[in-house]
Amino acid sequence: MQFGVFTVGDVTPDPTTGLAVSEEERIRIMVQVALKAEEVGLDVFATGEHHNPPFVPSSPTTLLGYIAARTDRLLLSTATTLITTNDPVKIAEDYAMLQHLAGGRIDLMMGRGNTGPVYPWFGQDIRNGIPLAYEHYALLHRLWREDVVDWEGKLRTPLTGFTSTPRPLDGVPPFVWHGSIRSPEIAEQAAYYGGGFFHNNIFWPPDHVKRMVELYRRRWEHYGHGPADTAIVGLGGHVFMRKNSQDAIREFRPYFDHAPVYGGGPSLEDYMAQTPMTIGSPQQVIDRTLGFREFVGDYQRQLFIADHAGLPLKTVLEQMDILGAEVVPVLRKEFASLKPAHVPEAPVHPRVAATRTARDGDPVAVAATLPIGDPVGSASA
Amino acid sequence: MTGPTRSIVVVTAGLGQPSSTRLLADRLAAATERHLGDAGIPTRIEVIELRDHAQELVNHLLTGFPGPNLQTAIDAVVGADALIAVTPIFNASFSGLFKLFFDVLQRDTLAGTPTLLAATGGTARHSLALEHALRPLFAYLDAATVPTAVYAAAEDWGATGVAADGSLVERIDRATRELATAVAVRPPHVARVALEDPVPFEQLLGRQGTTTRDS
Repeated sequence: MQFGVFTVGDVTPDPTTGLAVSEEERIRIMVQVALKAEEVGLDVFATGEHHNPPFVPSSPTTLLGYIAARTDRLLLSTATTLITTNDPVKIAEDYAMLQHLAGGRIDLMMGRGNTGPVYPWFGQDIRNGIPLAYEHYALLHRLWREDVVDWEGKLRTPLTGFTSTPRPLDGVPPFVWHGSIRSPEIAEQAAYYGGGFFHNNIFWPPDHVKRMVELYRRRWEHYGHGPADTAIVGLGGHVFMRKNSQDAIREFRPYFDHAPVYGGGPSLEDYMAQTPMTIGSPQQVIDRTLGFREFVGDYQRQLFIADHAGLPLKTVLEQMDILGAEVVPVLRKEFASLKPAHVPEAPVHPRVAATRTARDGDPVAVAATLPIGDPVGSASA
Repeated sequence: MTGPTRSIVVVTAGLGQPSSTRLLADRLAAATERHLGDAGIPTRIEVIELRDHAQELVNHLLTGFPGPNLQTAIDAVVGADALIAVTPIFNASFSGLFKLFFDVLQRDTLAGTPTLLAATGGTARHSLALEHALRPLFAYLDAATVPTAVYAAAEDWGATGVAADGSLVERIDRATRELATAVAVRPPHVARVALEDPVPFEQLLGRQGTTTRDS
């Protein structure tokens, strides 16, 4: 199982001091979070993509390329890549380039984006959100699998005799997760292609997350990728920890009360009761996270949101220390002991799998699988 | 009685307790039940007092998901065979609380649902708010509103809470008969649950490039 952190990249003033960092400082904080992830033994760092203030990460492959050069085992991913407003041709090129530079240590998570003006800023129409996600991904899928592509769709200029360069490293396309909070169409898409399905698991009650994942698993089996419990599932999570849970709540409350996504709404206590958010001791985080398995089944990737809402870098790094030292080792052991042997790990590039086997000497914990992304019936028509 | 039980959901945005808006809502519900009963159709009345959900409605607006009690109320509306929507008129329109509830419903929740509109206010001068504020809102939501909307001004109620003259009673009777007729001619409502009954991917792919509707 993979554990990691994801960042939104928001520049939010610290509500306890009123001070905000500069864009430059914020970008460097994201880099430090990634380096810390590798240092404390996490597996994945994923960055959001945004095209409006107060967010800074508009150019994920620039950020991830820089991080790739300064790490050697961390998997680099996105949360999410905007499949709607980005040109799928540019996604194919950028991430293949990154894949080469990072020695295969990348994957992507596709998302639609919910900021209305971003669509027209990039020449698109938000009412086409789902059709764009489908058509753009269908093209991207082909660009990484076919050397020469002739293509015509409804939402992008046609291509004749186009070769996306560089070709994927060793001919293995990056693994793709499809992220959605509430659209069954995206769970359906993930199942169709045999890609991963990621639920952010932060903003909605567990019962909803459960139903989304159940749909994806059922359709995964329907499309012939294997039994439902072999589908590739990822979850987000929102935690804040101190040794004593009351200290965690006291320290985190001003950040919750003023966070752009929660502020002015429910109390921290109500929010914790209604969603998987856990503010408390490391043991509480361990118990709650193990509980996710009870509503989504055995899953492959757990990402926690790290730096956000104006939390100072020092605090963020302390949180990651606790994750790496006290939480993730226990979760790894417990999840591994519960997982049946036939449930696969999340696919990684063969070079990454080989490195891990050599380093950890534990082939069972390593996914050596090639992407299982060829859809039944093929989307190459 | 014969046939499956139909669900009549009453959404009322009255704030006082007791509330004249709730009083009107109850009379509309009882009259609808009576008309459907006359047609041999059993009914189940469910009343949603929006005041009880005020906090969760604001939270939903801010967080994007409903709390557990609000979810129950939304589920009732999703599964309704008919809706009776009643609001006090504030500043020439529906109350903010009333609008909040309909703002958090998923698109198409009310599409085709027979709906009776009603309102209360201090004087009859505000009665056209039903036609210039409520009816366009429900037209946008694709609800099948019945032609007669019911407005009750303070003067329509006697000191004991009984209509002072015949006009309100007559109007309630006419509007609820229209609603009962609309329910009777429709098959029982079965809500489609997208998470359990997905549209196959090939079919979704075939829909590419079409805008779904103008907003």
